[in-house]
Amino acid sequence: MQNFLLGIGVILVVVVLLMLVRTQSLVSVFLGTNRKRVTVGNRVNAIFLLFFLIIGLGLTVYYSIKYFDLYNLPLASAHGAKTDFLFWTTMVITGIVFVITQVLLFVFSYKYQFNEKKKATFYPENNRLELAWTIVPAIALSILIFSGWKVWSEITEKAPQDAEVIEIMGYQFAWGVRYPGADGKLGKYDFRLIDATNVHGMDFSDENTFDDFIPSKLVLPKGKPVLLKIRARDVLHSVFAPHFRLKMDAVPGMPTQFWFIPTKSTEDMRRELSNPNFNYEIACTEICGRSHFSMKLAVEVLEEEEYNEWYMQQETWTVQNEEYMQEISGRLKSQALNIKK
Amino acid sequence: MSTIGSSENIASNGHDHAHDDHHHNDNFITKYIFSTDHKTIAKQFLITGLLWAMVGGAFSAIFRLQLGFPEMDLSWLRPILGQWIEANGKLSQEFYLALVTMHGTIMVFFVLTAGLSGTFSNFLIPLQVGARDMASGFMNMLSYWFFFLSSVVMLISLFVSTGPASGGWVIYPPLSALPQAMSGSGLGMTLWLVAMALFIVSSLLGGINYITTIINMRTRGMTFGKLPLTIWSFFLTAIIGVLSFPVLLAAALLLIFDRSFGTSFYLSEIFIQGEALHNMGGSPLLFQHLFWFLGHPEVYIVLLPALGITSEVIATNSRKPIFGYKAMIISMLGITILSFIVWAHHMFVTGMDPFLGSIFMFLTLIIAVPSAVKVFNYLTTLWKGNLVFTPAMLFSIGLVSLFISGGLTGIFLGNAAIDIQLHDTYFVVAHFHIVMGSASFFGMMAGVYHWFPKMFGRMMDKKLGYIHFWTTFIGVYAVFLPMHFIGIAGFPRRYYSFTNFETFNMFGDLNAFISVAAIIAFLGQFVFGFNFFYSIFKGRLAPANPWRSNTLEWTTPRNPGHGNWEGALPTAYRWPYDYSKPGAEEDFIPQNVPLSQTKESNLPHEEGDLALEKDIENIVVDETGENKLEEPAHH
Repeated sequence: MQNFLLGIGVILVVVVLLMLVRTQSLVSVFLGTNRKRVTVGNRVNAIFLLFFLIIGLGLTVYYSIKYFDLYNLPLASAHGAKTDFLFWTTMVITGIVFVITQVLLFVFSYKYQFNEKKKATFYPENNRLELAWTIVPAIALSILIFSGWKVWSEITEKAPQDAEVIEIMGYQFAWGVRYPGADGKLGKYDFRLIDATNVHGMDFSDENTFDDFIPSKLVLPKGKPVLLKIRARDVLHSVFAPHFRLKMDAVPGMPTQFWFIPTKSTEDMRRELSNPNFNYEIACTEICGRSHFSMKLAVEVLEEEEYNEWYMQQETWTVQNEEYMQEISGRLKSQALNIKK
Repeated sequence: MSTIGSSENIASNGHDHAHDDHHHNDNFITKYIFSTDHKTIAKQFLITGLLWAMVGGAFSAIFRLQLGFPEMDLSWLRPILGQWIEANGKLSQEFYLALVTMHGTIMVFFVLTAGLSGTFSNFLIPLQVGARDMASGFMNMLSYWFFFLSSVVMLISLFVSTGPASGGWVIYPPLSALPQAMSGSGLGMTLWLVAMALFIVSSLLGGINYITTIINMRTRGMTFGKLPLTIWSFFLTAIIGVLSFPVLLAAALLLIFDRSFGTSFYLSEIFIQGEALHNMGGSPLLFQHLFWFLGHPEVYIVLLPALGITSEVIATNSRKPIFGYKAMIISMLGITILSFIVWAHHMFVTGMDPFLGSIFMFLTLIIAVPSAVKVFNYLTTLWKGNLVFTPAMLFSIGLVSLFISGGLTGIFLGNAAIDIQLHDTYFVVAHFHIVMGSASFFGMMAGVYHWFPKMFGRMMDKKLGYIHFWTTFIGVYAVFLPMHFIGIAGFPRRYYSFTNFETFNMFGDLNAFISVAAIIAFLGQFVFGFNFFYSIFKGRLAPANPWRSNTLEWTTPRNPGHGNWEGALPTAYRWPYDYSKPGAEEDFIPQNVPLSQTKESNLPHEEGDLALEKDIENIVVDETGENKLEEPAHH
């Protein structure tokens, strides 16, 4: 019944449209307006264009200012300050160009609307003008390129020696994090060793794995460089930590990395935003399947002392999963079980 | 040329009679279905493209319902979507991704490549260069029918039980290579690849034809320096397509091998669904490089024709020559060349060597310069014009506005350091929907409104055109401008919902607003659809040259037959932009008016051309359009 009514409605709309078109074309023939070069519609459209400019710009500026804090994510990393600065510099430069060009476009459209008495100015070329508006954008862009290039090089250069190394691995549809433990070295892995428990595919023939631990969230020290070793075990994923201005794809078969310095602890941020429930999060930004939208990893940034304390308290994975010790040869086994923390 | 010509003569026999036998041999099938007439083929591309646009638009309306109103009960869509609406009335999460993927694929390839470039290259190249038809009408016909076949396969893929391809229109492996990763990567993906292979064949057949026709079949006097900018844009577009589509085919072939024959081009060290795969040593990044080697030029494949159309429409309706004709050509050439060496800016954060990222950042931002030149030239063309706001003109002005807005946000994304945060967020969605999607769509609409009278011999209704324009223009900005804010806030694209994250747990109202705007803009397209089909049959009869335009297509009869001109082909004596020339009586002088007849308005630099007039008239061109040296029989 609903569909039937809907169908009737659509047919009625079409019929009304048909009648309207027919009537107005007959009227225009009767009035002779269809033989004129332009009708009153020309003027109406010119005015609409001008209104569109004014209202559009007005609304955009209003929203941009009023909701600035809503869309401008708080920042919590050292390099993020530089990329944010670049972003806003670019915003100012492009914003100026945007306003000037749009104003010219719509104002010209309004101002030079058809006038029977006037003739357009025959003005086919001016090489000086062309040269000017080739060179000026080229210079502006060069400045943006060079400042961007400098920041990009800094961000992507080698991580400092003392950086905390943490592995983050994406799989459908979660993230796994692995810390190197007391020895500071992440153990080897092999995708053929993965099973339901050993989700990282840790290779126990490498003694560096013995003290690795796998917490359920990513915990970071404030003020210290952190090097994320990023990988994926099934399809592409992408590590996106919006507050840290950090993003890097996780690629099966090709480890990637990203290093950064968190500058605000979770507590700092809660105070800053007066939001006691604030939490950092990592999301996936590379389409990876049906639950792509729920691949969340909780992130907590602690003061360095708190972080060290937390680090020491973590139980190694081998201790939690002693059954995996069966596969390890005798000498290494005792070594593995001796490592408690 | 001779080989193309001869093969065509064998293939299209009925065709030869067109010029001498008053079409008596054309039956319905040869005239409307397996036609070799470029104008009919153009209309076939256009109508197929428009139908696809309705499908692609409807898909976006459905996923916008999900994004704007996540709580909504969508059970009422079950008659159409069946099992994809789950028992609780929610859209299936996998099908959401399928909708996004197919929306992208359909819009980029089937609407804005085939529907835009296919339509107007076919329609305008012979008419504006002064040729009877394309170099090979038969290849041209094949081009459409390969596209049709591709469409059929893609359409079928929408109905398979495991769903159509769902890994995003970029179909990155391993997701697209492994059916166990998502159900859309099964049969749906296979059909996607088959459809795209057919599409590439169609595109190459068309492209080679366009290039050949423009180089070899210009009428007497129609030098490259007198070609309308539309033709320049189609020419460069075709070159980009011919050079880049084969690379997509290579990417697709390797993907087919990985999917079906156990190779490891893109796959390595994968553990999925409790099983470690045998594949070792492949690289997912290889696919991304191959894909974007087409994918980025593809942006210009859809955009350049729109810019060409706009140049023509703006000049005609400003009653002024296009400002900086040569600068326009040079900037299009610049864009063409640069379009091939910027692809990796889609890959700054994919794990690609950061040094490579620096190089591509430089190259990418350079491409903004010719784009800026084009904008300034459009603005100066409007300056001191005498503007007639036809619907086509409004869509062209809209295009320039969108081209500015979307072009400027490209400067953010081309900067690798800024792209870290913005990559794969709604900022990117906003950027490319404005600069590539909407701008090209506006170019396509401008083209339809402008050349409809020549296509169908009737006028479209102007007032409905205005309604269509304003709904679309306001709609596009209302949809995509707010997305910038959502993107700056970090919202990732291709998300079914945002409620799982505290960070993204806002903008519910803005997303609802976007969805309402998108659905209104979508419904506004039905006004166009009505106007289009109604006017084909019932529109007011069109004069031969309704817009008082200069290019050669307006010198044909109201309904040009197969062969375009009755009698001899026109001669091009002047460039196509002699609007409002000082001294001239009318505000336009068509290209086929000799300089010797317009002594009062000739400019000093045209004296040389005037002296050459007799030589131009003596040039022998192929009048038959069949590439045979025989005299056409006049009516």
